[in-house]
Amino acid sequence: MSVSRLLERLLQTLPVLLGVSLIVFLMITLTPGDPVEIMLADSRATPEQAAQLRADLGLDRPLPERFLVFLGNALTGDFGISFFHRRPVWDVIAERLPATIELTLAAILLAIAVAIPLGVIAAVKRDTWIDRTLTAVSLFGVSLPGFWFGILLILLFAVQLGIFPVGGRTSFDLEVTRVTGFLVLDSIIAGRADALLAALRHLALPAITLGLPTAALLARVVRSSMAEVLTSDYVLFAEAKGLSHRRVLLRHALKNALIPVVTVAAIETGSLLGGNMIVETVFGWPGLGRLVVESIFARNYPLVQAAVLLYAVTYVMLNFTADLLYTALNPKVRL
Amino acid sequence: MSATIAEDAPVSPLRLGLDRFAGNRTALVAAALIMLFILAALAAPLIAPHDPADADLFRRLQPPAWQEGGDWAFPLGCDSLGRDMLSRLLYGARVSLMVAALVIGIAAVIGTLAGLAAGYLRGWTDTLISRLVDTLLGFPYLVFAIGLMAMMGPGLHNIVLVLIYKEWVFSCRVVRGETLAAREQDYVEAARALGCGTRHIMLREILPNVLSPVLVVATFRMAYVIIMEASLSFLGLGVQPPTPSWGSMVSDGREHLVDAWWVSTLPGLAILALVLSINLASQGLRDAFDPRLHQA
Repeated sequence: MSVSRLLERLLQTLPVLLGVSLIVFLMITLTPGDPVEIMLADSRATPEQAAQLRADLGLDRPLPERFLVFLGNALTGDFGISFFHRRPVWDVIAERLPATIELTLAAILLAIAVAIPLGVIAAVKRDTWIDRTLTAVSLFGVSLPGFWFGILLILLFAVQLGIFPVGGRTSFDLEVTRVTGFLVLDSIIAGRADALLAALRHLALPAITLGLPTAALLARVVRSSMAEVLTSDYVLFAEAKGLSHRRVLLRHALKNALIPVVTVAAIETGSLLGGNMIVETVFGWPGLGRLVVESIFARNYPLVQAAVLLYAVTYVMLNFTADLLYTALNPKVRL
Repeated sequence: MSATIAEDAPVSPLRLGLDRFAGNRTALVAAALIMLFILAALAAPLIAPHDPADADLFRRLQPPAWQEGGDWAFPLGCDSLGRDMLSRLLYGARVSLMVAALVIGIAAVIGTLAGLAAGYLRGWTDTLISRLVDTLLGFPYLVFAIGLMAMMGPGLHNIVLVLIYKEWVFSCRVVRGETLAAREQDYVEAARALGCGTRHIMLREILPNVLSPVLVVATFRMAYVIIMEASLSFLGLGVQPPTPSWGSMVSDGREHLVDAWWVSTLPGLAILALVLSINLASQGLRDAFDPRLHQA
């Protein structure tokens, strides 16, 4: 893809990013209730002090001006002070981000690892009982409420069987020095096998909870795109040439069938950001999702606002990436 | 003679679709299950054995009737406040189905009208609506809903509003696409040539032709909305106590996973059964009403 085409596509996301920021800005601004009152709820501030704070926060300015200030601040990563933590919002978020990214990556990798073989099998054996069973299982998977699935997993694998821990990110006694914030990586860097094992065991159930419904969805995409490719002329030709079935399947068909899968996987990674809030709450996973849910109840609005904006921008950029990948991988779209 | 005419009479696409749907056993069973849920929800005040809010700590975490310590007066056991699980499940169905019906109903009307306007009028109307749609699609659904609920405060009324804010986008996209295609078709050209007004063409000519995709989209979105409501209620952002919601019931049971499995498990099963039925039925509808699948 040419650079100009890339820039053009990037420019197209600008109105969306602007619209998203406007909605996030309005979410707080149009909320009934005075943020200053909420901030000063527990203190004995005088009306003059309240007025001073309102002016400091720029709340006495007209709305359009406040939006511009909000945009400028957001671009420089300045989301104000988290009143609960008494530290800049961005610092608090950055601290929690690796845990969320780690979980999301684990979930999407798991989903891909499960979905590709199942989807391929269903496509090869299409219209047999295997195909029908896999279709039924995947419909079951997309109908599972994530929060309940997580609880079932805890009940079965943590409470009953005791194979995995109930929640959290690692055991108390196995903390390693924080380098990247990704516990799996940090454990490897520290050369601690026990810490790595603990991190992976803690990661397992949340990643399964988050990943399996996505696997169900992806498997359906793999199945339908593989089924389409398998009936195409070039695959028939490859078979006619006398290439082995296995070789045709893996070297010829799969490569093309995976194009839509990559796209859907990128988009789904974005959707997992929402699912994170639920899964992190269920498993007590110390990531951004749980922080947001806690902040809502603590009425820590600047943090909620910043996190929602971060999620949305990430989502838009992932969609953009999905688009790019689709164009880059698919020679038919390349103009 | 009259018999021949009856045989030759053209069959409406709706009739054809319904016939196809009736031939799909899985979809029929799923539809019957959905009807059962709806009936149970409607009749909850009549058939619920107890008041869903009636707490009694003597019955705290009483197991289902078939387990030791159970009592057939409380067939599915009691929760941590000693409230009857069955009654709460029945009343919870009302919340889930009511939210789903309201959200999907209102969102479908808004989305259809917006989609018609965008697709038929084009120009700045289309630009405005399409930009809004793109922007709303720029949020992961749950993030959008959680963010707004956080600001607006929990409650049934706010859940419905928040979900509608985003949900209309899905029918709007479908209708806009269909309208853009319909715009160029002969019947619309003909209506225009006859001097019909814009409103007449949009509502009388195009609308009836885009309704079946809206119906299909609406049913499968309904499953999604039910999970959204349950998720928000699970987080404590949705329906507030003492009104029972399946999502908040699952959350209540988290504390008692070890000693009382039924408190979390049963409402979760109810959500799964309803959502799975809706997904199966909507797949049946899609198969029955999507003409592209039947052209061959």
